[in-house]
Amino acid sequence: MTSAVTFNAVSRHYGKVRAVDRVTLDIAPGEFFALLGPSGSGKTTCLRLIAGFEQPTSGTISIFGQDATLTPPYRRPVNTVFQDYALFPHLSVEDNVAYGLMIAGEDKDERRRKAHEALELVALSGFGARKPSELSGGQRQRVALARALVMQPKVLLLDEPLGALDLKLREQMQGELKSLQRQLGITFVFVTHDQGEALSMSDRIAVFNEGRIWQIGSPAEVYDRPETPFVADFVGSSNVLPPEMVSGLTGVSAPASLRPEAITLGSGELKGKVLSHAFIGAATRIEVAVPRTTLNVLVAKDKPVPPIGSEVSLDWSRDALHIMERADG
Amino acid sequence: MAEALAARVSDGLWRRPGLLLLLLVVPPLLWLGIVYLGSLFALLAQSFFSIDEFSGLVKHEFTLKTYGELFRASNFDILVRTILMASAVTIGAAIVAFPIAYYAARYARGRWKAVFYLGIMLPLWSSYLVKVYSWKLILAKEGILNWLFETLHLSWVLNAYLAIPGIGGNSLSVSWTGTFLVFLYVWLPFMILPVQAALERVPPSMLEASGDLGAKPGQTLRYVVLPLALPGIIAGSIFTFSLTMGDYIIPQIVGTSARMIGQAVYQFQGTAGNIPLAAAFAVVPIAVMGVYLTVAKRMGAFDAL
Amino acid sequence: MHSRASLGLRIAAVGGLLFLHLPILLIFVYAFTTEDKSYQWPPPGYTLDWFSVAWNRPDVWQALSLSLKVAAISTAIAMILGTLCAAAVARSKFFGREVISLLVILPIALPGIITGISLRSAFNIADIPFSFWTIVLGHATFCIVVVYNNAVARFRRTSGSLVEASMDLGATYFQTLRHVILPNIATALLAGGMLAFALSFDEVIVTTFTAGQQQTLPIWMLEELVRPRQRPVTNVVAMVVVIVTFLPILGAYYLTRGTETVAGQGK
Repeated sequence: MTSAVTFNAVSRHYGKVRAVDRVTLDIAPGEFFALLGPSGSGKTTCLRLIAGFEQPTSGTISIFGQDATLTPPYRRPVNTVFQDYALFPHLSVEDNVAYGLMIAGEDKDERRRKAHEALELVALSGFGARKPSELSGGQRQRVALARALVMQPKVLLLDEPLGALDLKLREQMQGELKSLQRQLGITFVFVTHDQGEALSMSDRIAVFNEGRIWQIGSPAEVYDRPETPFVADFVGSSNVLPPEMVSGLTGVSAPASLRPEAITLGSGELKGKVLSHAFIGAATRIEVAVPRTTLNVLVAKDKPVPPIGSEVSLDWSRDALHIMERADG
Repeated sequence: MAEALAARVSDGLWRRPGLLLLLLVVPPLLWLGIVYLGSLFALLAQSFFSIDEFSGLVKHEFTLKTYGELFRASNFDILVRTILMASAVTIGAAIVAFPIAYYAARYARGRWKAVFYLGIMLPLWSSYLVKVYSWKLILAKEGILNWLFETLHLSWVLNAYLAIPGIGGNSLSVSWTGTFLVFLYVWLPFMILPVQAALERVPPSMLEASGDLGAKPGQTLRYVVLPLALPGIIAGSIFTFSLTMGDYIIPQIVGTSARMIGQAVYQFQGTAGNIPLAAAFAVVPIAVMGVYLTVAKRMGAFDAL
Repeated sequence: MHSRASLGLRIAAVGGLLFLHLPILLIFVYAFTTEDKSYQWPPPGYTLDWFSVAWNRPDVWQALSLSLKVAAISTAIAMILGTLCAAAVARSKFFGREVISLLVILPIALPGIITGISLRSAFNIADIPFSFWTIVLGHATFCIVVVYNNAVARFRRTSGSLVEASMDLGATYFQTLRHVILPNIATALLAGGMLAFALSFDEVIVTTFTAGQQQTLPIWMLEELVRPRQRPVTNVVAMVVVIVTFLPILGAYYLTRGTETVAGQGK
């Protein structure tokens, strides 16, 4: 089967800055694919390379088997939902949605019909006559979505589409985007810096840092078996144990990740001193100083929280400790 | 056909983003580079020539003699006089402009905001000559100002003022005070706008903080508002100073017979036909403004423009 | 903070505004005076006669027509060049960006007499005789900055992703220009154009150096100021000039109201 998007050793340099550095990547058709990473990690540049707003310094990009490296954005079968939505302020909502159809030369009635359908799809029927400035942030986001979907793209690109929304709306939109993608069967490529969002929505995740991909895998793989300390730390703020501590525990001298929720208190050989508490709703996160490092531990709501300054014993099941063979860099 | 061509050109522009930029920049750059910079250099070059004293023709040989002539007493007086006037106008404009700008920035709301905005913009953009002309009407011996002093039985005050040597004269319309007033009037909006822009950027909470820390309103003005308005005042002074230095119409219409730089340039290039000396005179404002702009840039005045 | 300004500040502010406006209003009164030999105040009587006298003066009409033509052509040139410059500077970060914005502002930042005498000596050297086009050359040069200021402010406010969004939806550069860029900057361009027109219509300092024997309306007025021939006609013309320049300024204000300030500092 041909891939939806293929990157073959793609680099994008700005002068001396390597925004994207020899990235190779395969996105399968119908996949919900997340590009996850901190700001400046190259994930947005990758998205812009797919859209055609940037051209690779070297390497090739193909979309559904066709080489798109030299194809301008207006000839690519992809459409984008922009971070700031980029709705045309001088056009009504309906004309915004119908813009691409107008450029493609479809007749007026057809444009209207399709725009109405698309607005219905995002639950905004009846808003067609308004100007974008008269809409709320969440509504604008839906218009941007409708405007891209009406073009029936083979790949939909979403650049931090939920970043500007408040928490409640964000959670709601996460669900809606996911079900929309299932309903339409389009490939979604989604840029985010929010690991929770990436984990909950996507089929696969590419974790970016410093212009390169550090790990590609399903949410479970990336979360449970991070390949590098950076991934462990960035995805789910895992404890990263230094090699000398790991060799004391297992005999292997390599860094290892240990999830805060995998640690239990009460028994065990490792002893430490409680430094601080932070109540985070469903649980309490405590910091425990152990020899050579400090560990975060999640204490579930029904368990007693040891007081600050007290001595505790820590334990975890053997397979919770994930040894990372690859180092950063 | 045409559409296909447009699409191909568009593809080409996409592939070479630098080309698009070049196409945008080249026409204006050519215009400004050739028409404007070319002319400026033509002028600069002239100032290094001199005039032959016997034939009255321009000698096209490099010399600094013409610049030397600037330091002859009669010419040097013109420079000093002009710079003094430009400084006085700048200081006067700053004093008159500050309350207007402060009020417009801090207190004017809603409709009053619009009134102040238009109230500054309209005089700024309205005809320069008409503005000068209106002062000719005001300052005339039979004009409204003298009439006002007479009606209020204060003519003696005006006469006493006009008797002061230097700033006085036969009547206001032929005195330096008159020239100063017209300059102040014509360039005032150029001072108000940047000061207002600077003050608009001072958050009200900063003034509240000052009051909260025990400052009386006068102290807040002195220690908080004025320092923050300073970049705006400097930005405005660039205009008032530069415009006053280069003007040759106002001192010709209202003022004494002593000349300013602008008039000297005008006369030397016109009736006197001494283009090198005119060019050398014209270089003085450029040099003064160059120094002024460098200092202003250091003080962060360009952010207020 | 006090919610109201102190009395002293209010007096100084309102007094300052009056200082700016009363002299212009005075022109309106003088246009109706019956006195024709001096600037006598208060006017001995009022009449409308001078309007018909001015109306029948061919020299006034000629000057007015030249001024309007120069302003129209200069504005057109300045709008094209100023917009190109603004698009380049606002859209991208490139080497020499600062140089361009400085170059655009220079003809206004330096005293007009320098622009004037520079152009004149360049015309002399290149042996270009004075004509309609020498006036336009000068005017267009200093009008660019006005259009540029307005356009650059609007370009900055218009999100750069709009262009990308348009191209993403299938539009080429030219279609994007027509359907997205122009509609979004139209009012700013129009405002800039109006201000440029007002600036050109009113310009005298540079024009005296580039006009030769031709008379624009401001040059006509300058002659009348230096050597008055028929004062009441000058009064009437002055009043008409005030009204003619106010209209585009008000127009520019309403076009850009609530979006950004008219870039008046650039005058």
